[in-house]
Amino acid sequence: MAERKVTVESEVGLHARPAATFVQTATKAPMDVTVVKMGSGGTPVNAKSILSVLALDVRHGDTIIISADGDGADSVLDQLAAIASAT
Amino acid sequence: MTTSVVLRGSGVSPGAGYGPVHVLVGAIPEPAPGSRYDGEAAAERKRAADALERVADDLEARGAKAGGAAQDVLGAQAMMARDPGLEVGVAELIDEGTAAPRAVFEAFGRYRELLAAAGGYLAERVADLDDIRDRTIALLTGLPMPGVPESAAEPYVLVAKDLAPADTALLNKDLVAAFVTEEGGPTSHTAILARAMGVPAIVGCAGATSLPQGIWALVDGTSGSVRLSPERADVDTLLGAAAAREAVLAASMGPGATSDGHAVPLLANVGGARDLESALAHGAEGVGLFRTEFLFLDRAEAPTEEEQEAAYRAVFDAFPGGRVVVRTLDAGADKPLAFLPPSGEEPNPALGERGLRLFRKYPEMMGSQLRALARAAAGTQAQAYVMAPMVATVEEASWFVSACHDAGLPNAGIMIEIPSAALRAHHLATAVDFFSIGTNDLTQYALAADRQVSGVAELQDPWHPAVLDLIALTATGAATTGKSCGVCGEAAADPTLACVLVGLGVTSLSMGSPALPWVRAALSRHTVTQCRTAATAARTALSATTAKSAARNELPGLADLGL
Repeated sequence: MAERKVTVESEVGLHARPAATFVQTATKAPMDVTVVKMGSGGTPVNAKSILSVLALDVRHGDTIIISADGDGADSVLDQLAAIASAT
Repeated sequence: MTTSVVLRGSGVSPGAGYGPVHVLVGAIPEPAPGSRYDGEAAAERKRAADALERVADDLEARGAKAGGAAQDVLGAQAMMARDPGLEVGVAELIDEGTAAPRAVFEAFGRYRELLAAAGGYLAERVADLDDIRDRTIALLTGLPMPGVPESAAEPYVLVAKDLAPADTALLNKDLVAAFVTEEGGPTSHTAILARAMGVPAIVGCAGATSLPQGIWALVDGTSGSVRLSPERADVDTLLGAAAAREAVLAASMGPGATSDGHAVPLLANVGGARDLESALAHGAEGVGLFRTEFLFLDRAEAPTEEEQEAAYRAVFDAFPGGRVVVRTLDAGADKPLAFLPPSGEEPNPALGERGLRLFRKYPEMMGSQLRALARAAAGTQAQAYVMAPMVATVEEASWFVSACHDAGLPNAGIMIEIPSAALRAHHLATAVDFFSIGTNDLTQYALAADRQVSGVAELQDPWHPAVLDLIALTATGAATTGKSCGVCGEAAADPTLACVLVGLGVTSLSMGSPALPWVRAALSRHTVTQCRTAATAARTALSATTAKSAARNELPGLADLGL
């Protein structure tokens, strides 16, 4: 299982357009991708679900962990990490 | 005529329209808890998935059509409709025996709660989620889609309890054949919009929202009748008569005047440069009401004087030699300005700090608007007139007029919309250069009937003899000091009432542009004496309804306009 720990830099957090781009990118991945907010005590949610990602309520400065497994997981995670950490 | 079913209401925008009925649905009812389905789970799951996919496709298509920011918003909504978590949730509920509509309702409910609890931006997305849910449930249950169709094979007859500006933002004449509402009066949003679009409309039409979707209806916005599934011959007769009237109207061009040559300049109400094309096409001789709110509302910072100047000049330049009457900013608690400190909740914004009263509090905002107007006027050939809304006293009027004169604007006037101003018009006339009567607000204040409350719509009628008396007082007050007195409310757009206004002594009429040919034609068919007789007859009446019919009896030339 590969994972990335990313601090969200966008002013609007992982909402609105960043959330849409994040989920669209995750949806293209062949394997399951999950995301969880650090310190929330919650369970990881499906990164391909816009509603689940929004409901994490990830704001500017929050840290998230994105996980995936299988061939190409690293490339998918790098892309998602870049989206999440973009300002 | 045949015996097809007829509904009646009051016609507020003339002409004839024919098309399939679309009843605007408010809330989609919640599917009953515990509702089950017959048949296979797989089929029910597919039904739900197909409905969600159709909703997503539709949102995407609308986004692509709208482009820009709307495309992002609708695209994000489409993603919600295709959410894999949601699909699993719906499928699980269906597998437990829950019918698809209820399963959709409950699956959405889980996310709804999560988003609402987060507050802020996410809580605002709840409305998006509800919209998707309701669209999906509408598809599954065969209910009509909530909202106004933004595309149609042929123009439809839009039927609603009442229409709000949000419902109608995207409508146009190619889409809507006619409007029919159960509520509302002659100054309701529907009526104003319909006249501005040049589409027939009927308000106060009982039973309209019970009409079946898609039934063909023939709407006569002049008589106020809605004929259901009419015979082709009846459709042809009414549409033919409407076309004949249009031809009469098209022939009525030139400056406004009575048949005996009493000139009544016919002016357009405009809300910015986008309305100018229609004003010119309908033969406006100038602008009688240039609303300037568009520059100030919905923005974080006040417009610069340069931006204002350019916007004003665009309108001045459209009427070289003509009159352009600019109304200074008319904002209030119901139309708040983001760049001013919040005014606090007012229990009745119509009676609060609005119009000129706001300028008394923020004189620099007035200074900036007057300077921009003076500069714009200096560079054009239009005759610039400036007037303030919501003036109650001579003292307020004098304060505004001297500020205009000091700024280099020689024609400074006031709106007459508060009864105190109408009652004291003879005093106010000495303090100002001109009057313009705002009949919508004057009626609201004279009858104590809030324009926003449909329950008192019947009182919101400028035909009430008390309103006609106030107009007569105002016109007389202006005349004794040789000042002009226009009308720039919806009353001026009613061809019958326009004749009465002239009879009361009003010197110019300003209206939404599509009404100009009607009013021009009505005036040109009567002498000023006939107008005065009609005005006297109306003022003698005991009610708005009898005032109108009494006036009509004195104005025989309306008949060949089909009025």
